[in-house]
Amino acid sequence: MKRSAELRNHQKELYYFRWRLGIAAAAAMLLFTLLAGRFFFLQVAQYDYFHTLAENNRISLVPVVPNRGLILDRNGVVLAHSYSAYTLEITPSKVKDLEATISELAELVDIQARDRRRFKKLMEESRNFESLPIRGRLNDMEVARFAVNRYRFPGVEIKARLFRHYPKGELASHAIGHIGRINDADLDRLEESDDLANYRGSDHIGKLGIEQSYERQLHGITGFEQVETDAGGRAIRTLSRRNPVSGNNLTLTIDSRLQEVAEQAFDQHRGALVAIEPKSGEVLAFVSKPGFDPNLFIDGIDPVSWDALNNSPDKPLNNRALRGQYPPGSTFKPFMALAGLELNKRSPSYAISDPGYFMLPGNSHHYRDWKPGGHGSVDLQKSIIISCDTYYYGLANDLGPDNIFNFIGQFGFGKKTGIDIEGETSGLLPSREWKMRRYKQKWYAGDTISVGIGQGYNLATPLQLAFATAILANQGKVIRPHMVRSILDSGTNQVQLAETKPQTTLTLKPENLDLVKKAMIGVTQPGGTAPRVGANAPYLVAGKTGTAQVIAIKQTEKYVESRVAERHRDHALFIAYAPADEPKIALAILVENGGHGGSTAGPIARAVLDYYLLGKLPAPPVSAAPVVEEEHD
Amino acid sequence: MIKIDPRRLWQQLTANVDSLLLSFLLMLMMIGLVVLYSASGQDPGKTASQMINMLVALSLMWGVAKVPPQHLARLALPAYAAGLLLLVGVMLFGEVSHGARRWLHIGVTRIQPSEIMKLAVPLMLAWFLDMREKTLNLKDYGIAVLLLVVPVGLILKQPDLGTSLLISASGFYVLFLAGLSWRIMLGMVGMFAGSAPILWSLLHDYQRQRILTLLDPSQDPLGAGYHIIQSSIALGSGGVFGKGWLNGTQAHLDFLPERTTDFIFAVFSEEFGLAGNLILLALFLLVIGRGMVIAAKAPTLFSRLLAGSLTLTFFTYAFVNMGMVSGILPVVGVPLPLISYGGTSMVTLLLGFGMLMSIQTHRKLVQS
Repeated sequence: MKRSAELRNHQKELYYFRWRLGIAAAAAMLLFTLLAGRFFFLQVAQYDYFHTLAENNRISLVPVVPNRGLILDRNGVVLAHSYSAYTLEITPSKVKDLEATISELAELVDIQARDRRRFKKLMEESRNFESLPIRGRLNDMEVARFAVNRYRFPGVEIKARLFRHYPKGELASHAIGHIGRINDADLDRLEESDDLANYRGSDHIGKLGIEQSYERQLHGITGFEQVETDAGGRAIRTLSRRNPVSGNNLTLTIDSRLQEVAEQAFDQHRGALVAIEPKSGEVLAFVSKPGFDPNLFIDGIDPVSWDALNNSPDKPLNNRALRGQYPPGSTFKPFMALAGLELNKRSPSYAISDPGYFMLPGNSHHYRDWKPGGHGSVDLQKSIIISCDTYYYGLANDLGPDNIFNFIGQFGFGKKTGIDIEGETSGLLPSREWKMRRYKQKWYAGDTISVGIGQGYNLATPLQLAFATAILANQGKVIRPHMVRSILDSGTNQVQLAETKPQTTLTLKPENLDLVKKAMIGVTQPGGTAPRVGANAPYLVAGKTGTAQVIAIKQTEKYVESRVAERHRDHALFIAYAPADEPKIALAILVENGGHGGSTAGPIARAVLDYYLLGKLPAPPVSAAPVVEEEHD
Repeated sequence: MIKIDPRRLWQQLTANVDSLLLSFLLMLMMIGLVVLYSASGQDPGKTASQMINMLVALSLMWGVAKVPPQHLARLALPAYAAGLLLLVGVMLFGEVSHGARRWLHIGVTRIQPSEIMKLAVPLMLAWFLDMREKTLNLKDYGIAVLLLVVPVGLILKQPDLGTSLLISASGFYVLFLAGLSWRIMLGMVGMFAGSAPILWSLLHDYQRQRILTLLDPSQDPLGAGYHIIQSSIALGSGGVFGKGWLNGTQAHLDFLPERTTDFIFAVFSEEFGLAGNLILLALFLLVIGRGMVIAAKAPTLFSRLLAGSLTLTFFTYAFVNMGMVSGILPVVGVPLPLISYGGTSMVTLLLGFGMLMSIQTHRKLVQS
């Protein structure tokens, strides 16, 4: 009985399963019928419509490229803008004999061998249904001549395109950067971030500096036109249009006049200068000398200019302010002094008797002061004012590498500042772990000694030095340095301001800060290492000179500037902020192979401070042209 | 000396092969190669590599067909567990490509664990419900739903809408065929409708965009709508008999995206027209029909559920792909089974058909 019941149950189950399967089969049939219906609709009912679409490719979608956003300085001076001009373009896939066509075009429009070469290169880099420019910036005569003969050239057309222009040329070129033609790597990145559709029709993309880092803000939203075209692919009429949305306008924190003053103050020197407003983190000037003309890069740089820039021993393409890593030298000392005070390793009154060298206990090596014979009795104040090395050898030894790393690291040494352009290097603030990782060696007491005066493994970028100086000037408030002050959204017309609130505030005793700051004022006074910076200035400057060795000098030898080849001379460094009681500007200056910090970097600092605080232009040097403000649209 | 009887050898080789199903599959694969040659811009290399994919997949199918269904059932739990583990691995260490985390590096090669789940989920659910056959109650269905929801959730998170959809479908088919009551199914539909706004908020921007674009492709003709507009033009301009092999203008003028993979049906449709489409639909229906016959005749609940689910999932593949290319479904990235270029999906599909053949050819042994 039981067995038969089970069997019946089994039968029932099978029956039920087949019933369900039948329902599924019916549903599948129904859905396939639906598909067949859709095919019938597309391929029979709407055949004529789609046939024409495909056959003549009658309606084509033409992207309308948005106007790239402007880049302005903090006072509204235009640093980068776009303008419209006509280009002659060929769609290679629509042209039968390319060579012949170009030769015929050359009779109407001036086409140089260089244009042909560039066109060939573009063709190799692009897919062949794209329309590619053979000549840019046509004049009215050329446009008219081609228009009359247009019928002879299927696949060739005149297009209005937007061109980027940097009216100030080299000025702040390392900050502004430049755009360039989109290459394969850019395409991959755009695809990765799902932005490819928005770049349909765009030929250019930011490659460097602000132009690169704010690409998303600057590019805008591509519009499109549905146009009816004839067999030759030419537009006959527009059926519908969605307007593009222009890119957002950027207002930089940079003051282009100050930038100009700073760049001119460098004269023929190589180097970098970064000026920051301490209370906001705004970068007021960002100099890396020599610079380059960003206009050269927009449509692919020609080989001659490229070789000149790339092979120059002056390395104008190096962004020294952002990426150049130099030993901070004696500019490191105010931070060391502060560490000594804060960590109770030094009191303000403690003084050493400087014999001109320092020795580690049980070691005969002489760590020499820059001044043979020494400075006599030196306390903390004096150690900064006269830049005594011996004082800091001893202090570094007392602090030890861990304290130095932890305390000085708070001022941004050894890590990126987080500035809003890409490519920053992080410098180097050495630690025991770092040395073990890098050299598989333990830390020696001697390592600490040279770190104490900013030499040894120490490396910092001019940006980092300016950042650290700004933190000092700002009573320990850490504000991320930035170069874009505000963004004007061209869609909504709303202005977005950059963040200027402190990220953190370092806990420092005011009396310790005051002591170090007072000593830094002493640096620019008679008796200090940079008296010319403060001479006859109606404001007080707090500063510190520094010298970074380029080549090592033997223990027994003496460094004599005139005997060393120019490229092997020491780098001059100077950090400063002013007015000392209420800092409006903090800066760091590096002059490559400039020798002693006070003599070459000091005058640059003075020129920048005089202009920024007093509005005073430096007396024009004999060689330089007078500063004339340009007219802008 | 060993004497080889060619007739016996042949019999042994083909013992577990369902010749009817195989012939339908081969016909579809032939069509696939013909279209691929055209879609790839007459690239013999790509066509040859797809042929190798097919040969590999066919031999794997042949191998699986030899495995009796009860052994397949034993594989269900380990395969499912391994698949789940790998999915978690993808979530933690997966490689990001095109904004989605789908691949996992294992030693020298990389795998897409969601592909394993396409087979492991129906196997697991069929095995689980078969095990609870005698006492099947609401709680069991609850556990089964959980077994389905976990991997689907992980795959949805990658995000891979297409695959998670297919796996949900395969699991749902098992439940449906096992006799899940209509009331619960209605309830689930209701719940789904009710939670739609929540789901909407969980979707990625690009997934939302695809659904919005389906509703009105002209909204975004340069971006997401471009695919749908161009593939509709390809289909429509094919007309009744098509433009002829290698003559599709849409395909060869570069208007069609992904034309060897997800959108290969648009190439086929443009070149072979409505007539070709109907033949293709008919071939798909023959495969589905044969699969359903195998399911209906299968002796155990496990084999019935597995066969039914695999067959219906295959149907879903075909329907979703053709629906998306012809513009009645959103673009979810499902290839056209047996036609689209790609080795992974070919292998997964034919492994599934191997299981169907195993169920069909081991039937008598179980009965006797």
